[in-house]
Amino acid sequence: MKKNRLIHVTLLLTSLLFIFSSCTNLSLTPHPERTPTPTVGEPLPEINLTSPTDESIRNYLGLTNITAAAFASAQIDCEILLIEIFSMYCPFCQREAPAVNKLFKLIQDDPKLSRQIKLIGIGVGNSAFEVEIFKNKYDVKFPLFADADFTIHNDMGQVRTPFFIAIANRGEKKNQVILTKLGGFSSPDKFLRSLTRRIEPPVKGEN
Amino acid sequence: MRQTITTIMLILLLSLLLTGSGICAVSDSFRESIYNPGTLPPTDSQLKVKVGDIAPDFTLPAVSGKTIHLKDFRGKKIVVLSFVPAAWTPVCSDQWPGYNIVEDLFKKNDAVLLGISVDNIPTLFSWTGQMGHLWFEVLSDFWPHGKVAKSFGILRSTGISERTLVIIDKKGVIRYINVNDINQRPPLETLITELQKISKSK
Repeated sequence: MKKNRLIHVTLLLTSLLFIFSSCTNLSLTPHPERTPTPTVGEPLPEINLTSPTDESIRNYLGLTNITAAAFASAQIDCEILLIEIFSMYCPFCQREAPAVNKLFKLIQDDPKLSRQIKLIGIGVGNSAFEVEIFKNKYDVKFPLFADADFTIHNDMGQVRTPFFIAIANRGEKKNQVILTKLGGFSSPDKFLRSLTRRIEPPVKGEN
Repeated sequence: MRQTITTIMLILLLSLLLTGSGICAVSDSFRESIYNPGTLPPTDSQLKVKVGDIAPDFTLPAVSGKTIHLKDFRGKKIVVLSFVPAAWTPVCSDQWPGYNIVEDLFKKNDAVLLGISVDNIPTLFSWTGQMGHLWFEVLSDFWPHGKVAKSFGILRSTGISERTLVIIDKKGVIRYINVNDINQRPPLETLITELQKISKSK
């Protein structure tokens, strides 16, 4: 009887050892490289993007002096950088596209806000070809970038799409997340109001 | 005997729990309703067809209520078959919504798209309903289970199909096959480039 129990315990332990050693990606344990999702008040991991060749996009982002093939989001000339994490393949992102376009128009139509807030989209798991399809299909006027190998998506904690992140891109709180939103926003006006409430009043003497 | 069964059950349970998971960008449309099957072996079947073969004919029911016969497209349209492994899984759930916004690219190349899955019609109805209105037919290869996938040699040992794209020209000849890694979405540009080549060659 004792011998039988010993055999069973040995069998169980050996099998467990085998399972643990053969599993390379354990879902019960946190992924060692998995970054937490963006949280208000926390810094956002640096985002590196391919430098746009389109002159109007370079002007919009204030990247006229950038000569390198890539640039960091921190180099974008604005107080607040609003990032939409989307995918061309995501039906919700497709449905939300007109609302995001409206949000962009609201920002651009306001001379002050257009200087303060810049909007970019990052197509996660999308090639440049796929991002271009999304851009043309929905007539997107703000810059879209491809994240074909999910590098940025991983850095953003593999959020579901669409996901909106606003970060401070100037001042003491530079690179700090000031707003996040999963899924679509019911009204672009309302979303813009919630964003502008987070803009700090300018320091005296600063333009 | 009872102890042995308990031991085996424990091992099986732990094996299931410790399955890995792949990377994908799941749309918030599906919220928490997507089942993650983990990382699967890239392929698990043996193709029975090759480029240059006449495509095996089939008749399948569609979610729209129609019955689709492959031979009806002969001489009329290029046919793109998109086999996806299973409904309510991560990669499959965004592959067709992507195709849904490129109807013009298919039309420009005089092609139709047929989505095929081994799921039954009610499951496909619910699942594709989350994607919005699809312009292409979605066919159920549920019963006899995976018969069409099997005829192409892309039915896996687990009863799901490979993530496969097949382009059939107007003569019914297979001109392109891509049995993709099941864990990844096939690049759209490759499909469109192949489609354009076939469309131009007539």
